[in-house]
Amino acid sequence: MTIGTISPVSANTATTRRRHVLDLDDFNKAEIETLLDSAEAMRKVLGRDIKKVPMLRGKVVLTMFLEASTRTRVSFEQAGKMLSADVINISGSGSSAEKGESLLNTALTLQAMHADLIIIRSPQSGAPYFLARNLDSVSVVNAGDGMHAHPSQALLDLMTMRRNIGDLAGKKIVIIGDVLHSRVARSDIYGLAAMGASVVLSGPPTMIPLELLRGTSEHFPACVSVQPNLDKAIENADVVMALRIQKERGTGGLLPSIREYSRRWQVTDARLARAKPGALVMHPGPMNEGIEISSSIAHGPGAQIEEQVTNGVAIRMALLYQMLTSGAPDESVGVEL
Amino acid sequence: MRRVIGRMSHEIVERNRGADRVILMGLQRRGVPIAQRIAAAIGAFEKIDVPVGTLDINLYRDDLTSRPQPRVHPTDLPVSVEGLVVVLVDDVFYTGRTTRAALNALMDLGRPRQVQLAVMVDRGHRELPIRADYVGKNVPTALNEEVQVRVTEFDEIEEVVLIEHEGEVLP
Repeated sequence: MTIGTISPVSANTATTRRRHVLDLDDFNKAEIETLLDSAEAMRKVLGRDIKKVPMLRGKVVLTMFLEASTRTRVSFEQAGKMLSADVINISGSGSSAEKGESLLNTALTLQAMHADLIIIRSPQSGAPYFLARNLDSVSVVNAGDGMHAHPSQALLDLMTMRRNIGDLAGKKIVIIGDVLHSRVARSDIYGLAAMGASVVLSGPPTMIPLELLRGTSEHFPACVSVQPNLDKAIENADVVMALRIQKERGTGGLLPSIREYSRRWQVTDARLARAKPGALVMHPGPMNEGIEISSSIAHGPGAQIEEQVTNGVAIRMALLYQMLTSGAPDESVGVEL
Repeated sequence: MRRVIGRMSHEIVERNRGADRVILMGLQRRGVPIAQRIAAAIGAFEKIDVPVGTLDINLYRDDLTSRPQPRVHPTDLPVSVEGLVVVLVDDVFYTGRTTRAALNALMDLGRPRQVQLAVMVDRGHRELPIRADYVGKNVPTALNEEVQVRVTEFDEIEEVVLIEHEGEVLP
């Protein structure tokens, strides 16, 4: 053993702490990997007898879900509780939103109660950005806003992929269905672009953003391409992700019929056989089995749908940890859409 | 460092009359390779495989509002700690707060028969009533000094260094 004196070296610390997480479009690969690594550690907590650590003791986390949700709301709630935060759930019905209180006034009320973090799901695209700009002490997490973004879902998708196929650089991910209305697809695309994967979108042209069809996209990363023919798109894919046909956002006019959709874009055994052997099958849920995905695939060997749910709890624990511990947050992280 | 680990390994076996009911838990991160080395040393002279677990205490810290955010590493337990003697292994013993957090983390994993503490370097300045059972080396320090135990796994070199800083060093 030698003891000498040398100059200081930098400490082993993570990236800057974000005050808000609104979308993945401003995340780089290193920051995503830090979150995924920390989520792996969190997943171990999930597997224990005592599923609780004291990390966020004394923190107040609110979930404000102004739109239906099971897995996102419950997994955020579970994540908060497993880290010992106090989690309070607010829904649209039964709150003052029903009496006509504006979103901002509701949020200001919650801020005045000294909440530390608000997790919001809203049917309006951009609502979490609006709150982030107008609240001065609370952190905001976007749990899905309209047709815009769903960053925690994208992170859990990236985690599920990385756990199974390793580094995502150069991997081929096929996303099938209603990309136009899908906040999941949008956030996935930004996350996958940061990780260096290539993304092929497949679906009825009425459900693909027009600028991508025309090949003149300014809003999507260069790694995205479109192949409406699913049999061609799926060839050699590492990951096959089916999106839900969202009846609540309207399919009227976009599809001749559900039956035609499932005939051409349903993920079936025959189609999956064209992907790489052992390709992953993913779906953000809730599934319409028999429409966008066949039952045998949804519960088949490559299906990761329940893994996605487990990883969802772990990644949300990692997000809460990242946002609610250590010093002052970095205020420079963007809150503009 | 090799000789110090050899001596600590013998002390652990002597104190516990063998090593068949012992599990070593390395504290992330530099406690882990040290625990593995102690296990290898005990394995060599006792002809026994001592299990090695890893323990991450970052989710149990009491000072996360006053320091940069540490990365969380996995806690891994190869066997149940129920009824075993757990030897916590850390690189530098300073305020005792890491050990306090490690004890809380450990109790959430099960109920060991006994918990002991092995540290490579004891630098003093305890803030809690905690002491070590096995000490590699006592190094008296000032508050503006930092002790780093470097291991080949993370640092490409094997050494203990004393670093002088401008201000007081965070535990």
